Amino acid sequence: MNWPVILSISKTHLLSRLKQSVIAALGVTFGIGTFIILVSFMTGLNNLLDGLILNRTPHVHVYNEVRPSEKQPLDFDIRFNESLNIIHSIKPKFTQERIHNALPLISHFKADQRVKGVTPLVRAQAFYAAGSLQMNGLLNGIDIIEEVRLFKIDDYIFEGEANALKRTANGILLGIGIAKKLSLHVGDNVQIISSRGDNFQLKIVGFYQSGLAEIDNVQSYVNLKTAQQILGEGDNYVTDINIKLHELDEAVAMASEIESNFDLTAIDINEANAQFETGTSIRNIITYAVSITLLVVAGFGIYNILNMLIYEKMNDIAILKATGFSGTDVKYIFISQALIIGMIGGILGLVFGYGISVIIDNTPFVTEALPTIKTFPVNWNPIYYFIGIGFALLSTFLAGYLPARRAEHIDPIEIIRGQ
Amino acid sequence: MTQEAENSVLRAEQINKYFTDPVEFHVLKDISLEIKRGEFVSIMGKSGCGKSTLLYILSTMDTEYSGNLYLKEQLLNGQSGTQLARIRSESIGFIFQFHYLLSEFTILQNVMLPALKLGAKSKSEIKKDAMAKLELLDIADQAHKIASKISGGQKQRVAIARALINSPDIIMADEPTGNLDSKNSDNVFNILRDLSHKEQLSLLVVTHDQDFAEKTDRVITMEDGRIIT
Repeated sequence: MNWPVILSISKTHLLSRLKQSVIAALGVTFGIGTFIILVSFMTGLNNLLDGLILNRTPHVHVYNEVRPSEKQPLDFDIRFNESLNIIHSIKPKFTQERIHNALPLISHFKADQRVKGVTPLVRAQAFYAAGSLQMNGLLNGIDIIEEVRLFKIDDYIFEGEANALKRTANGILLGIGIAKKLSLHVGDNVQIISSRGDNFQLKIVGFYQSGLAEIDNVQSYVNLKTAQQILGEGDNYVTDINIKLHELDEAVAMASEIESNFDLTAIDINEANAQFETGTSIRNIITYAVSITLLVVAGFGIYNILNMLIYEKMNDIAILKATGFSGTDVKYIFISQALIIGMIGGILGLVFGYGISVIIDNTPFVTEALPTIKTFPVNWNPIYYFIGIGFALLSTFLAGYLPARRAEHIDPIEIIRGQ
Repeated sequence: MTQEAENSVLRAEQINKYFTDPVEFHVLKDISLEIKRGEFVSIMGKSGCGKSTLLYILSTMDTEYSGNLYLKEQLLNGQSGTQLARIRSESIGFIFQFHYLLSEFTILQNVMLPALKLGAKSKSEIKKDAMAKLELLDIADQAHKIASKISGGQKQRVAIARALINSPDIIMADEPTGNLDSKNSDNVFNILRDLSHKEQLSLLVVTHDQDFAEKTDRVITMEDGRIIT
């Protein structure tokens, strides 16, 4: 194969009909460019939306659930083993809300290879007091450093900062809804009344905004110790344990393991958010379907132009064959033209897609749900650029291959005689 | 005998060809012929007698025939398309009735292409050779023009230069003067005769120009798919 000669012929063919070549390349450019824009933006958005759920939700959530006993006293009596027992008005069994032996349990989970981190949580019912008014509230006692590391709680902190809670023993990250109702600012004090009637003065170190008004009107975060004090309980009082794993896929196995080993309820992330994976995969399917359609359309454009080119170049093909070029040489002349169009169009498409992505990345996007996000999310993963150029070359190769194969088999005699 | 064999450039034995479309038709019937080194041969005949068909078979472009074809005593039938393309490139030069240049390329590129494809010499050598051939045919001054911008007579001379570029053993021409006026026609004939006599080049020319044929070394006359003289 004599590539310099083949490529110089391709070059002459492409340059002598520059307009057509440019139009064919632009088809690829727009196809690939749109693919890059679409895929970067859509996956960026997907990651953002997934993040909303994945960051906030523990992979395994362990707590004590209030529920009726599975075996009622009647079932223990052997005399009724053979009979069909129906009990009405079953009441839940009395259990304490705390997790029994929580601290050893936490160290046990932390020792597990699969676990990235474990955070204890103390839920405390309380009231926010404002003069004579008392508002329902829920205080979550947390280990703020671990929450920041594992659940990115700092993404939802609005004014103030997460670490201030660590420094201030009686600090509180107040829900933004309550703050607005009570006209409070960072640095102010807020009065909390516990369910037992005790009064506590807490200092506001920041505002918490989840984006869901129902939560923001009720929920606040305090230090673990503060919550235990409000409840009048000791250091080992923990109501929930949140576990984050290295691999999300192991959540289901881990949850059932915990349920069978300990007398606790363990909810895995898939159970808690079944809808989230469906949404992600459907958005991905849409992205790829639209992109591939665009590239196929660009491919047909190239196919058409090359087909026309070959009709016009019948004479050239016959001469080349008569003067010693084989059918394979002729085929490569046309395939190389298609690939040159694909290469140039594809690279321009990547540049074009990158440019628009930069613009999107700088477009303001304000959302209640994520106070720290200021612009539209864009995924800069370079893999999409490789897929883009790969698809450009593949589709132009296929579009060029069929016409080129026809050129390969053109009989020069028929052309020469036909004149 | 060995002397004889060395002298033979092209030899055909019992060539038969049928057209099957639209009806079966026996175009070439038991054609045998031999062309020796430096011989200037013309094939004469009426339209439809099969002379062009024979030329395409002899040129290796048409492979659908029965019989044996030898180029310098090397059997050609049964070789693959790529091998035949290489043989054409090395040993056979072509001149067509309608000069058939690549219209988007310059004259020089047109002449150089077959040699570049063969790849036996460096590009600068090929360029020098091509200029020499154009010089020989007195059109060197047009070398950098685009092929579609020159006259018919000039195109035919470029086609001859292209046929010569790989120093072939034989040049085949299909009506090389078919659409030229008598002055250009004479010019082309003189060039071909000079090549044949001075450079010991074999020439096989299909023509129905009686005057042209009579001036060649040997005339093969065909009728109804057979050689009659």
